[in-house]
Amino acid sequence: MSTHTFKPDLPPPNRSIGAWAWMRANLFSSVFNTLLTLLALYLVWLLVPPMIKWAFLDATFRGTERSDCTPGGACWVFIKMRFGQFMYGFYPPELRWRVDLTLLLAIVGTVPLFIKAMPRKAIYGIAFLIIYPVVAWVLLHGGVLGLDAVPTSRWGGLTLTLVIASVGIAGALPLGIFLALGRRSEMPAVRVLCVTFIEFWRGIPLITVLFMSSVMLPLFLPEGMSFDKLLRALIGVILFQSAYIAEVVRGGLQAIPKGQYEAASAMGLGYWRAMGLVILPQALKLVIPGIVNTFIALFKDTSLVIIIGLFDLLNSLHQATVDPVWLGMSTEGYVFGALIYWAFCFGMSQYSQRLERRLDTSHRS
Amino acid sequence: MSENAKSLGIGDKIMIQMQDVNKWYGQFHVLKDINLTVRQGERIVLCGPSGSGKSTTIRCINRLEEHQKGNIVVDDVELNGDLKNIEAIRREVGMVFQHFNLFPHLTVLENCTLAPIWVRKLPKKEAEEVAMHYLKRVRIPDQAHKYPGQLSGGQQQRVAIARALCMKPKIMLFDEPTSALDPEMVKEVLDTMIGLAQDGMTMLCVTHEMGFARTVANRVIFMDKGEIVEQAPPDQFFDNPQNERTKLFLGQILH
Repeated sequence: MSTHTFKPDLPPPNRSIGAWAWMRANLFSSVFNTLLTLLALYLVWLLVPPMIKWAFLDATFRGTERSDCTPGGACWVFIKMRFGQFMYGFYPPELRWRVDLTLLLAIVGTVPLFIKAMPRKAIYGIAFLIIYPVVAWVLLHGGVLGLDAVPTSRWGGLTLTLVIASVGIAGALPLGIFLALGRRSEMPAVRVLCVTFIEFWRGIPLITVLFMSSVMLPLFLPEGMSFDKLLRALIGVILFQSAYIAEVVRGGLQAIPKGQYEAASAMGLGYWRAMGLVILPQALKLVIPGIVNTFIALFKDTSLVIIIGLFDLLNSLHQATVDPVWLGMSTEGYVFGALIYWAFCFGMSQYSQRLERRLDTSHRS
Repeated sequence: MSENAKSLGIGDKIMIQMQDVNKWYGQFHVLKDINLTVRQGERIVLCGPSGSGKSTTIRCINRLEEHQKGNIVVDDVELNGDLKNIEAIRREVGMVFQHFNLFPHLTVLENCTLAPIWVRKLPKKEAEEVAMHYLKRVRIPDQAHKYPGQLSGGQQQRVAIARALCMKPKIMLFDEPTSALDPEMVKEVLDTMIGLAQDGMTMLCVTHEMGFARTVANRVIFMDKGEIVEQAPPDQFFDNPQNERTKLFLGQILH
């Protein structure tokens, strides 16, 4: 009998290493690609230098008034002078520390959730989700514990944007998950209810929802009963976005093989445990990109509250640009606003990608 | 193994009683008057052509499939629409699937402790000790902290067996446990199952591993078109089948 001798493992041939090789492969691989690369470089050269010139080189940073602005470049003095309004709206300046404290508590409170070795993370997370909103409400609204009341009509700027976005996200995600489960339920009543709900809210524009919440709803409420305008908008946003989340999550549920449901049932896990411990952790992981997509859309859609007269970040910017004292500053205002929106949305996107990598246990490579 | 040794350890207690069980998928009559009694410690192999209803039969025992006519009693609990009964039966009946169905987001150890912690209410530490015991038994304790995706098919199926055993079931159901495995890995899984049989576990196994049936089973059941065509002890079943259909089937799978 002869014995087969196996060949040793060899390293791959390495021709394509280094910056030059990369450029040849990606930028100049053919005549056409070379032309495209040159065209792109030309466009960059056309656009970027004037932008830098406007935003930095010719821009005005010092000063306190409209008259300090020099023509030709951006006038960031406007942003500097109105910064408080953009951040806090009409929140009384002497009480703005309460907004800062609320944000600080949110950051400090969520830090443990990002620590890998943290024990009892789930319990902490749930406790945080229950306690924090109460604390945030007390701090922002006041009226108890000797804190001066600040009605929601005075909330504004980035503060209001963040309140609407975070309440919207925190409310729409769980509701959306329940709706997705309901839509796949074997109980016809539950299924019909969830389908109706989802299709109703998905079928109308958010602007309509906001209008209805601020104009129509009060008509149907009994005399003397009134809801806070912000609260109504928040409920509208939650219900609207939960319909989208529900469909995203349903996509994830459908991607889980039947065998997972069967294995969970066969071990005696009931419906809720099978869902909570086996199916949802996998399904939600699969649809992180879709969920974050919805959240990013939600974050930007908060700017629609402008039509019911709430002063979120965009509306605050808008109000400042129509102020006669600062006429002609709309470019600076909207560029500043765009940067803030972009920073938050990009942050969410980056976090979701990190989360996807961390939760990946498929080892499919 | 002699006939005597094989029937050793079979108790009088009836673990599974199926009486005139019928099931339809839509218009398709998939199970017809199935009658089956399984005593404690019995090891039964079900075989037959695909679509003969053998998987459906064992999946009716833990209600992964619902039967529409007839009675099924498992460990003295009547299997009907009552959720309490279904859950009680599922606690006592372990199942191993063709495609393993391990939970890919949990480690091997977590796969094994999930049901004991949440269904049996064992403390985590105790559940982990039980899990390590059974992982040792299927000879993969060193893989406990890996994810299923990092294991070979044979290892995954052994984890699936350990996972089912962690619930300390009275009955084990195997639904073609080796059909999805590479040929080189079939033996390690069968060896695990043989070990289990030697410990007196009540087992129902859908398989085409006729060697396994010969060594381990007390009784081999041949099904076709939703009916039990023939059942007999393995020696008699393989060497002297009574039914024409059985002969034809055996002729095709035993070369």
